[in-house]
Amino acid sequence: MKNLDSVFAAYMAAWAIFFVYYITVARRASALRGDIERLKNSASRGK
Amino acid sequence: MVKNLLAAAAVFLLLGAAAYASFFIAPTDVKQGLIYRILFLHVPSAWTGLTAFFISFVANLLYVWRRQPRWDWLGISAAEVGLAFTTVVLVTGPIWAHPVWGIWWTWSPRLTSTFVLWLLYVSYVLLRTLLEEPDRRALLSALFGIFAFIDVPLVFGSIRWWRDQHPQPVVMGEPGSGLDPIMYKVLFFSWFAMMALMTLLIRQRYRLEAMRSDLETMQHELEAA
Repeated sequence: MKNLDSVFAAYMAAWAIFFVYYITVARRASALRGDIERLKNSASRGK
Repeated sequence: MVKNLLAAAAVFLLLGAAAYASFFIAPTDVKQGLIYRILFLHVPSAWTGLTAFFISFVANLLYVWRRQPRWDWLGISAAEVGLAFTTVVLVTGPIWAHPVWGIWWTWSPRLTSTFVLWLLYVSYVLLRTLLEEPDRRALLSALFGIFAFIDVPLVFGSIRWWRDQHPQPVVMGEPGSGLDPIMYKVLFFSWFAMMALMTLLIRQRYRLEAMRSDLETMQHELEAA
């Protein structure tokens, strides 16, 4: 089982990169949704 | 929401099946042993990254021609996702190279052109953060995206045109090159799984860009009112 640690490291690194990217996009979307809601509320208060 | 979760679960299952096939179905390579199994992660990630950059390139061309925001949104979405896949290529490559070549990195044509490609698309993403006005940002980044894509044919051709420490292509290479038929099947299945992941990520990222555009429009309307 020579180099099993390297293969494991490569798979873990790849999964981590995809996971972190997916979470980053989800968090940015959530923050934007919050900003849109806040703007809608302030616009309706202004009317 | 449920549809998104189902799509994410399906992609997760596909990736799991590809990993299983890479470890337990593909035969062990006689020369490299276990370490060669990184091929089923490294090569499909590279192909998928280049596919995403091609989608970004086409979207950028369409933006310059049609000036419709949706092409700008697709351009940045595909570029950012391509960047994630190319990051995987640049991380898994040295992990594979070290036990096989005895070095982590060498400035060979394939490695250098891939690193330059990564830098170009990092610049493309950063450029957008520097420009405030939406139309100007979309046009300038579309033009830069078209320029950045020039490196993609160099990445593709680098191991065909110049002497390189990087292995020769396993697909569309010289006569006698290639893989065992089962390895090919696992490789193409892994690529299919990566393409499904790319589609999911681009869709998510595209929705984010559409929301950002909505927010900018609302802010503009509020300021004007």
